[in-house]
Amino acid sequence: MERFITKENLIRLAEELTATCRVLAPVASCGTVTFRRFLPGMVLDMHSRMAAVSPKAATFPQTETLLTVKREIPEKKPEITETLPEGKNVVIGCRPCGARGKLIFNPVYETDKTKDPYYITRRDNTVFISLACDRPETTCFCHSVGSGPADAEGSDVLLTLVGEGYVARSVTPAGEEVMKSSLFADAGDKGKEADAKNVRARELMGEAHDYASAPAQLLARFDDMDFWQAQSAKCISCGACTYMCPTCYCFNITDDDLGLESRRIRSWDNCMSHTFTLEGSGHNPRPTKAHRLKNRVGHKFSYYPDLHKGVIACCGCGRCIKQCPAGVDIRQIVKAAQEYSE
Amino acid sequence: MSQLDDLKNAIKSHLGELECVIGWEQGYDPLHATPLFIRTEADLDRLIIGPLAVHNLATYLPGFKGKKIGVVVKGCDSKSVIQLLNENLINRENVVVFGLCCDGVVSQRKIRAALPADPGFVESVEVGAQDLKISVAGQSATLKLSDVLADKCLVCATPDAIISDVLIGAAHTPAPAASLACQDEFEAKSDAEKLAFWQETMSRCIRCYACRNACPMCVCRDYCIATSRDPLWISQDNSPAENMMFQMVHVSHLAGRCTECGECERACPVDIPLMLLRRWMNKQVKDVFELQAGTALEQTPPLLTFKVEEERINERGW
Ligand code: SF4
Ligand code: SF4
Ligand code: SF4
Ligand code: SF4
Ligand code: SF4
Repeated sequence: MERFITKENLIRLAEELTATCRVLAPVASCGTVTFRRFLPGMVLDMHSRMAAVSPKAATFPQTETLLTVKREIPEKKPEITETLPEGKNVVIGCRPCGARGKLIFNPVYETDKTKDPYYITRRDNTVFISLACDRPETTCFCHSVGSGPADAEGSDVLLTLVGEGYVARSVTPAGEEVMKSSLFADAGDKGKEADAKNVRARELMGEAHDYASAPAQLLARFDDMDFWQAQSAKCISCGACTYMCPTCYCFNITDDDLGLESRRIRSWDNCMSHTFTLEGSGHNPRPTKAHRLKNRVGHKFSYYPDLHKGVIACCGCGRCIKQCPAGVDIRQIVKAAQEYSE
Repeated sequence: MSQLDDLKNAIKSHLGELECVIGWEQGYDPLHATPLFIRTEADLDRLIIGPLAVHNLATYLPGFKGKKIGVVVKGCDSKSVIQLLNENLINRENVVVFGLCCDGVVSQRKIRAALPADPGFVESVEVGAQDLKISVAGQSATLKLSDVLADKCLVCATPDAIISDVLIGAAHTPAPAASLACQDEFEAKSDAEKLAFWQETMSRCIRCYACRNACPMCVCRDYCIATSRDPLWISQDNSPAENMMFQMVHVSHLAGRCTECGECERACPVDIPLMLLRRWMNKQVKDVFELQAGTALEQTPPLLTFKVEEERINERGW
């Protein structure tokens, strides 16, 4: 289905959807744009810059309650309640990379052996209305990881800005459903203009980098700590990269104990942290930032593709590059491994 | 000869005795610098200095235990070096300090607000003596450096490195402004307004710990109580209250130690104005203990000493 929606009507759509869904959208506050719960009256900022924090929270919130425990009478058995996510979510205005990022979760959280009900429920109840990009940023490399600025994979509706509104194209039945709203109008021949814009954006990205040799070459450097020490020299091992990444899916589980009531929560974890691999014995197989960065890069560009049909566990959004306090560039690290010669 | 050439020559003459020298080079685009670890003369070609070289490289020093290295510092960064020395976190014999006489660095946030399009679309940058000529998304803009300087530079009392083995450039006569307008404005707010501000702002925090790890004085890092698992001191819930709790831990652990280098705020990916907390705390420390971290050698932070009775606190006066 192809329709057209004006900028004002998109805001109205977002506002209308808040009545029945949790809407996540890029909202500006104090000079920053982040994906957060959108409520009527808030200012949507879809165009000025890419949201610092990705839309990952729609399908994988930073903190979620897995279950609650009540101990009404101390001697009695505690009452345990599972808290599966309820309701529908809509993400509006993410870039194609942000929508595609969540696909990386699927082979991990839904396998023959294990199914993560929290993730699966959220994923199946979330609609992504993405916006194709006009031009890439200096840190964008979606085209090198098998995607592009108008990639519809992972989205339910793909918008392309044309004049004062957007050409909207449905990708899934759920997207089609949203587009039945009377806020959408006939697209006329605006579709051609949208196509031209999409082509132009892809051209602006230039030539793609070929990551085909990355899995093997990164693995070849696995025991080369000199290489990893040099690559990680400027890394401050904070973890900002992982928290902003649409494709990082590691979590921690802790109990928030509040006397007779407690919550078991799951929260984002990050492989840059010392405690990530700290074993109960006190031994830590990844004692330094060099070991940790090796894991982060290796996981995305080597171990994951080896396990999952060559798919790179990175959507090329570039957040980890542009938001890194020290300017660590994951593209350069992979390239250094690919170009390595003794 | 330019300041950069002088610096290169100075580094060249020390390279042989050092594991590496930490400076800056251009980062992923023309608007961003990134730390450079100089090991060979060839690496020196990439060295840059100037208003885009923002990182406080002293942050890396404690990580080089036992190795002799060099570091390039601006005036503010030199305070971190002094503070690290005062706390025995680094050894004077193991660092060669290449000090700069600094004209200030930019705030990427101010640049972002001043540009006609997002810096993500930057094409080229020309750094002049007084301005930055930037081309972004096909539009060009000339930004006056004085309009986009980091807040700390607006009130800088130490533009020239106060500890160094080699000092590069011509010394300044600093004339710092008395206080920072944004800080005064914030402090004039009522407690309720401040609380509302932090509740809103901290709802953005993603607890990524970039503020902690960028801080040269946050030396617990791997053993920070914010992420310790046994015991679990702070909830991993990212509610505004818990996020603020983490900031309170940071602030109180930095009392008398924070050199106001601004790295915590610079590192924050979601622009949380953390310096509002840091500057306020430093004011209290200065008031009570007459101490400013990193301004002199052989000062011990008040919270690292024990005195039966503090000189400026009338403990038994009530
Ligand atoms: S690794 Fe970096 S570029 Fe890749 S998806 Fe994550 S944040 Fe984006
Ligand atoms: S990487 Fe950049 S160009 Fe590609 S989809 Fe994401 S934001 Fe758009
Ligand atoms: S605070 Fe002073 S020394 Fe530091 S960058 Fe600004 S002007 Fe330079
Ligand atoms: S850097 Fe910013 S977002 Fe990250 S923990 Fe610190 S305040 Fe929060
Ligand atoms: S708390 Fe912030 S300003 Fe103070 S020393 Fe640490 S990074 Fe610098």
